[in-house]
Amino acid sequence: MHPTMASTRGLKLPDSETAVHNLKHHFADLEQQKATSTFGMWLFLVTEIMFFGGMFASYLIYRLSYYNAWVAGSQTMEIKLGAINTAVLICSSLTMVMAVHSAKLGKRKLTAIFLLLTLLLGLTFLGVKAVEYHGHWVHHEVPGANFHFEHEGNYDPRQVSIFFSLYFAMTGMHALHMIIGAGLLTWLLIANARRRFSPEYNSPVEMVGLYWHFVDLVWIYLFPLLYLISHHHNG
Amino acid sequence: METAIHTSEAKTNYLNADYSIKSWLLTTDHKRIAILYLISITLFFFLGGLFAMLIRLELLTPAGDLVLDDTYNKLFTMHGIVMIFLFLIPSVPSVFGNFLVPMMVGAKDLAFPKLNLASWYIFMAGACFILYSILTGGVDTGWTFYTPYSTTYSNTNVITAGLGVFIIGFSSILTGLNFIVTVHRMRAPGLTWSRLPLFIWAHYATSVIMVLGTPVLAITLVLVVLERLFHFGIFDAKMGGDPLLFQHLFWFYSHPAVYIMILPSMGVITEVIACFSRKRIFGYNFVAMSSIGIAVLGFLVWAHHMFVAGISTYAALIFSLLSFFVAIPSAVKVFNWTATLYKGSITFETPMLYAFAFIGLFTIGGLTGIFLASIGVDLHVHDTYFVVAHFHYIMVGGGVTGFMCALHFWWPKITGKMYPEAFAKLSAIMVFIGFNLTFFPQFLLGYLGMPRRYHAYPPEFQVLNVLSTAGASILAVGFLMPMIYFAWSLQYGKDAGPNPYRAAGLEWMTASPPPTFNFAETPEVTWEAYNYDQIDAPDHGIDKGVEVAG
Repeated sequence: MHPTMASTRGLKLPDSETAVHNLKHHFADLEQQKATSTFGMWLFLVTEIMFFGGMFASYLIYRLSYYNAWVAGSQTMEIKLGAINTAVLICSSLTMVMAVHSAKLGKRKLTAIFLLLTLLLGLTFLGVKAVEYHGHWVHHEVPGANFHFEHEGNYDPRQVSIFFSLYFAMTGMHALHMIIGAGLLTWLLIANARRRFSPEYNSPVEMVGLYWHFVDLVWIYLFPLLYLISHHHNG
Repeated sequence: METAIHTSEAKTNYLNADYSIKSWLLTTDHKRIAILYLISITLFFFLGGLFAMLIRLELLTPAGDLVLDDTYNKLFTMHGIVMIFLFLIPSVPSVFGNFLVPMMVGAKDLAFPKLNLASWYIFMAGACFILYSILTGGVDTGWTFYTPYSTTYSNTNVITAGLGVFIIGFSSILTGLNFIVTVHRMRAPGLTWSRLPLFIWAHYATSVIMVLGTPVLAITLVLVVLERLFHFGIFDAKMGGDPLLFQHLFWFYSHPAVYIMILPSMGVITEVIACFSRKRIFGYNFVAMSSIGIAVLGFLVWAHHMFVAGISTYAALIFSLLSFFVAIPSAVKVFNWTATLYKGSITFETPMLYAFAFIGLFTIGGLTGIFLASIGVDLHVHDTYFVVAHFHYIMVGGGVTGFMCALHFWWPKITGKMYPEAFAKLSAIMVFIGFNLTFFPQFLLGYLGMPRRYHAYPPEFQVLNVLSTAGASILAVGFLMPMIYFAWSLQYGKDAGPNPYRAAGLEWMTASPPPTFNFAETPEVTWEAYNYDQIDAPDHGIDKGVEVAG
């Protein structure tokens, strides 16, 4: 912790002064600092695409090889819960954008409200996901632990187990990212309460916002690939 | 120049700014973090070397008499894991990249100094997992963790070692990310992309691989661990999974990872050759673009590790062709280095000896890589010592030689002291002779059909194996000697001054060791890279930088 920062914590600083305190020593000005952190964050999101990419590639390869099993596995998904969660996440992205916007305007209380709403929506998503996971457990759909799958269709149940392995790996990694995101939002709420942000300096809010939208976007791909893609086989 | 030495001694530098242990462990100074990396990876290098010596001792005689077969499996696995993930991947980028990237671009630090420190802690945390897996019995899967052996059958510490490699991956990702952002956003005024040292281009290309490849390895190892813990079956043929999918995902990272180990060394060699032949590097743009070319092509050749694993003939043909393409940017580098030497004022200081060794050894390693990329030859020598010799020529002959080259070239900058030149030359020659004696016989062994990863072999292979083990002993002495004379130089070495080699580059225009924020004031660059014609001009002298050093 920077000594001067610690001593001024809790005091209300004029905006320009917060800005000076937040300029790191190795940057020429706040503009360079912000451009740098934004670029770094985008680059980090590229690594995240590669991280999830490994699983998406596996999903596609197995879907091509084990099509019938994939249909059978996909049709057991609770589309209602998945749709609710999709709506919840899209709303949370909206509140996140509003939080970034309010932080840029320097409206501290509004920022806090929107951050809190985003956090609550994120936790709602995780709650619904937990209900779904519980359902999979009850229906013996957890690979390795208690897998027993009997539905009509022409497929090998072992291949459905692979579908569920990838389902748990992908949604599990996504949920882990949501949990990390919830932690980041909590950190922002505390920093915001301590008056760390101002119209000049608010990159942390914006960076967490980028991360949050990315995690949201991953779900936007997961939902159709896992829940919707084989739905038409019902009708 | 004398005034510069005088003022630099009077001033505080990054080493003497604070002596407390806390100031080291909580430092965000890229130069101190580089030193932390240097100490850690040196320890791991000798640990990996110890495993190598045990392997060579076992292979001294045809019978498997020194260690049990199980132990031998663990020895070559731990040798591979330690050398690749704990030494080679972080070696040049994390030590010299960390130290030099900000200085070469004229910045006070990397873009994200705290993240840089975090990446060292992440590296050490991963290393602890790997060391723990070694101490509690080791791993025997080979460093490649091939499924289904790693997921189902091996009863060794696959999970701990896999998690260790997973964690270290994030250190690599963060380092790469830091370098890319630094090169984009932190360059000094006037330092355009075409004025950057080629060391920076090489590290930029390396960072792209780290950022794009490592996450895929991470998720692959997560799936292996999940499969081992919960019997997911994604890679288990018995459960309908596909072990080949693991190999695809693994090599998607691990083939480009070879270029993580060699590209930074190529950057080092470029700097050194320009300096000791006193010439601008021949074909700057081509050398810069060849680094990017290697990084891009590196992502398109992974399945050449799988020619005999059961991929389709058409896939094999395409991957074979693409693998040949990698030879083009690699050859561009070698030809341009030799063209730079042509009519240069060459001197044979220790770093230059290593640079020459690099060119020769890398050429042999690269050409035998072309043999292996042709499917017919690969079928014959697959999984033999030919492959072992090939990748040691790249990784030790290229990667480690480049590391030693960098260590000698920038040691005066890092510590402010000169090492004893005669001893350094002797050790460089011993490394070169020892290396070739160790690994050239292995080409012959592989061609004659000796398979890798066995602890016993037919007696007719003994002569070549004895040669190889003898070479390894010389190599070991060659690597131990620098430990002694570098330590000696810290106390007794001559003061280096800001620029003992009259080298070009911003890092030489500040004091040795550099001050905490590198430059007294941010330099403004008005010259091209490798402006040796200007530096050596009689009216110019070397002292352009002294103004910057202040």
